[in-house]
Amino acid sequence: MSISLFYFVAFLSIFFALLVIFAKNPVHSVLYLIVTFFTFTVHYILLNAQFLAIVNFIVYMGAIMVLFLFVLMLLNLNEGSMGSKSNLIKMIGVIAGMCLIITLVGSARVLTASEPLVLQTQELGLVKNLGKVLFSKFLLPFEVSSILLLSAMVGAVLLAKKEIKRA
Amino acid sequence: MENITQAIQGVPLNHYILLCTIIFSIGVIGVLIRRNAIVIFMSVELMLNAVNLLLTAFSVQHNDPSGQVFVFFIMALAAAEVAVGLAIIVMIFRNTNSTDVNILNKLKW
Amino acid sequence: MINLVWLIPLFPLLGFLINGLGRNMLSKTVVGFVGCLSVMASFAVSVGIFLELNSSETKSFIIPIFDWISAGTVKIPFSFLIDPLSALMLLIVTGIGFLIHVYSTGYMNHDAGFGKFFSYLNLFIFFMLLLVLGSNYVVMFIGWEGVGLCSYLLIGFWFSNTAYASAAKKAFIMNRIGDLGFLIAVFLIFTTFNSVEFANVFPQAANMVSGDSTLILITALLFVGAIGKSAQIPLFTWLPDAMAGPTPVSALIHAATMVTAGIYMIARSNILFTLAPETLAVVSIIGLATLLMAAAIAVSQTDIKKVLAYSTVSQLGYMFLGLGVGAYTGAFFHVITHAFFKALLFLGAGSVIHAMSNEQDMRNMGGLRKKLPLTFLTMMVGTIAIAGIPPFSGFFSKDEILAHVYEHNKVFWMIAVIGAMFTSFYMFRMMYLTFNGSFRGTTDQEHHLHESPASMTIPLIVLAVLSALGGLIGIPAVLGGGHWLENFLAPVFEVSKSKTNALTLDHTTEYVLMALSVTAALLSMLYAYVRYVKQGHIPANDRTDRGLLARLSYNKFYIDQVYHSFITRPLDTLSGFFYKTVDKAGIDGIVNGFGKGAVEASKSFRLLQTGMVGFYIFMMVAGILALLFYSMYKI
Repeated sequence: MSISLFYFVAFLSIFFALLVIFAKNPVHSVLYLIVTFFTFTVHYILLNAQFLAIVNFIVYMGAIMVLFLFVLMLLNLNEGSMGSKSNLIKMIGVIAGMCLIITLVGSARVLTASEPLVLQTQELGLVKNLGKVLFSKFLLPFEVSSILLLSAMVGAVLLAKKEIKRA
Repeated sequence: MENITQAIQGVPLNHYILLCTIIFSIGVIGVLIRRNAIVIFMSVELMLNAVNLLLTAFSVQHNDPSGQVFVFFIMALAAAEVAVGLAIIVMIFRNTNSTDVNILNKLKW
Repeated sequence: MINLVWLIPLFPLLGFLINGLGRNMLSKTVVGFVGCLSVMASFAVSVGIFLELNSSETKSFIIPIFDWISAGTVKIPFSFLIDPLSALMLLIVTGIGFLIHVYSTGYMNHDAGFGKFFSYLNLFIFFMLLLVLGSNYVVMFIGWEGVGLCSYLLIGFWFSNTAYASAAKKAFIMNRIGDLGFLIAVFLIFTTFNSVEFANVFPQAANMVSGDSTLILITALLFVGAIGKSAQIPLFTWLPDAMAGPTPVSALIHAATMVTAGIYMIARSNILFTLAPETLAVVSIIGLATLLMAAAIAVSQTDIKKVLAYSTVSQLGYMFLGLGVGAYTGAFFHVITHAFFKALLFLGAGSVIHAMSNEQDMRNMGGLRKKLPLTFLTMMVGTIAIAGIPPFSGFFSKDEILAHVYEHNKVFWMIAVIGAMFTSFYMFRMMYLTFNGSFRGTTDQEHHLHESPASMTIPLIVLAVLSALGGLIGIPAVLGGGHWLENFLAPVFEVSKSKTNALTLDHTTEYVLMALSVTAALLSMLYAYVRYVKQGHIPANDRTDRGLLARLSYNKFYIDQVYHSFITRPLDTLSGFFYKTVDKAGIDGIVNGFGKGAVEASKSFRLLQTGMVGFYIFMMVAGILALLFYSMYKI
């Protein structure tokens, strides 16, 4: 285990992310996305953010991605029925994205010479530590976020259910 | 676990920024070039995750748990967003029999 | 009592509000009652104030009502001034106003706009009282504008008749020309004396040198205002046209009160005028020209009200002539007596018109003496008074002016006496044509002839008594009187008096002058008698050929036509140019051009709104990029 592990995982992240957006079949896209998220989970573990790693694993890879897959199955899409964007627009999109990368990287370079990341407190990302912060300093946002989730749930149900035809 | 965390020692912060930037931009490109609403949605998730990772990295850098708490909130938000967003997509599909965003061009002029 | 002065304008204002708001709900009896009572109450207060002032030592009271304009150093209070001049004007306005209100209850009884009429009439009284009472030029100006407005409303009272409505507009516009002069004068007064309060302006002015150019400019502009309001050359043509209004209006506004506002204003500002001899010369020349011209027109008019209207213009000319030669008391004396006999004559004419079923042409009248004895008698009193035959009131006032004119300039005096001859002639001509001879109207009208109701004849009788005896307030020393009026008004004209020479005519000259003018009046009366009674002469109809002078007189010297072709038409053309070219094409073009440009630009720009989500996101990314570049390199 060495620093190179980070670079290896980073390479995998970028690779699968690219596959996500370039895959023809949306189902494949979802699967590649799951893999990408898995690499992110590894990143979290490397940063010793264990709580986040687990949440990412369960919520993102588990719940959200299953939701995506489920919807895809529900809609029964076939890519053929829907032509992709013209090549010109694709080119423009890619160029714009590249410009964004260049600009962002350029702005990152303006920062002071980077120092190596050092984990000062081993327990920083542990459940116990985060839980303390979450339930003291961030108690109110935490409670509010529960309302958010509730309303999202109600909204989703309301939007997705079939309209009842009035007799 | 000890040795795993040891591995991170020495990775420059800039490299994290670079990685997240690239992932984020890939997300942007995906939004720009795809027409399938679901794929666009997934690209948005990519961008969100890039930001999450960066927040965590900074949290470690500054030895401040707030960053990671924020990531947690973003995840909650993302879950809500995905639920509502996918519901909308389902409804659009029901009405137009497609998830092509270019069909939804009635809102113009 | 003097502290109750605020009640005087308040009553007519209340009357206006009650009648104006309740004109459709209140019965005619109530409306008439409210209208008359409000003016009567003002009259009662005015009498009280007059009596108190007469016995009081101080002759000038300023009663502040409230602070009106107060901005920095500009302080214009809303306050009233009570002095002999305004006290007398109050009596005239409310007294004659009351009589005319009473008269109107009979005259307008059959009119649908009864309530409206009375509310306007009350409003007029209110504004006239403001004009008279104001202790500074600004309050005076409010009244000045207000009476103009009421004059407009009442001339155009039967506005469904286009000719009447345009007569109202004419009066209003001509008044505005004068008002502009007045307004500029007020501004000038303010910049010069740093106040518009009479009590501040006049003492300062009294210290200035005679002939000061600022004073000349101020007085000239004030005089422009007076010209417009008091119908002098060149702005007199509105007054004859103003006869379109109901006859009580003609009597109240266009004979007794409003048109004398110009004289009142000049008399009030007498110090300024005394110190501007050049302006006074202009005043007297314009007065002289007006009195002669209007009298010359009056001799050939056939409309009974037009004769009286030109007569009014002519008499106003006398007043200005009097002012111009420094006979302030005489001019104001003439204002008073003229208010009596001209109101009487107009009301009498109204009674005739009422009896004749709205016929105004004297060619269709005649022989009315038997049918309208009371009207005839009272109008005869008025005619004798205006003709200047002693001992009726017109003689004394006119003679006082003529005496001053004689002292000032013999030629002026000659012309004024010729004017007096004309006056006597056209007045008796009117009387003979109307009341003597045989009836010339239709049988229908003859059948309908009747004496007016008591509500109309009682004011006539009262005014006749006043016309006959009104001169007694100013019997000059030469006739053994004390000239009460001159003594009473002395405080107002005190400073002016000290700066001008007193009348120095010896008594013999005065007797001769009186005899001459009376003889002239009697001669022309005789001529009128011979021509219209003995010879039974009836004015020819419009199409008859006339001699040059007669044609000029009959067609009012073509003044209206001249104004039309030399002022109205060029102005019309100019306005047309401004309207079509400058406004329509220029200003509207620019404004609409901006509008069209915006519409056209939006038409093309809105195509950017494609509805394609991808395009929007692309633009968003481009925007973010631009922002990043900006923040990175601080372009």
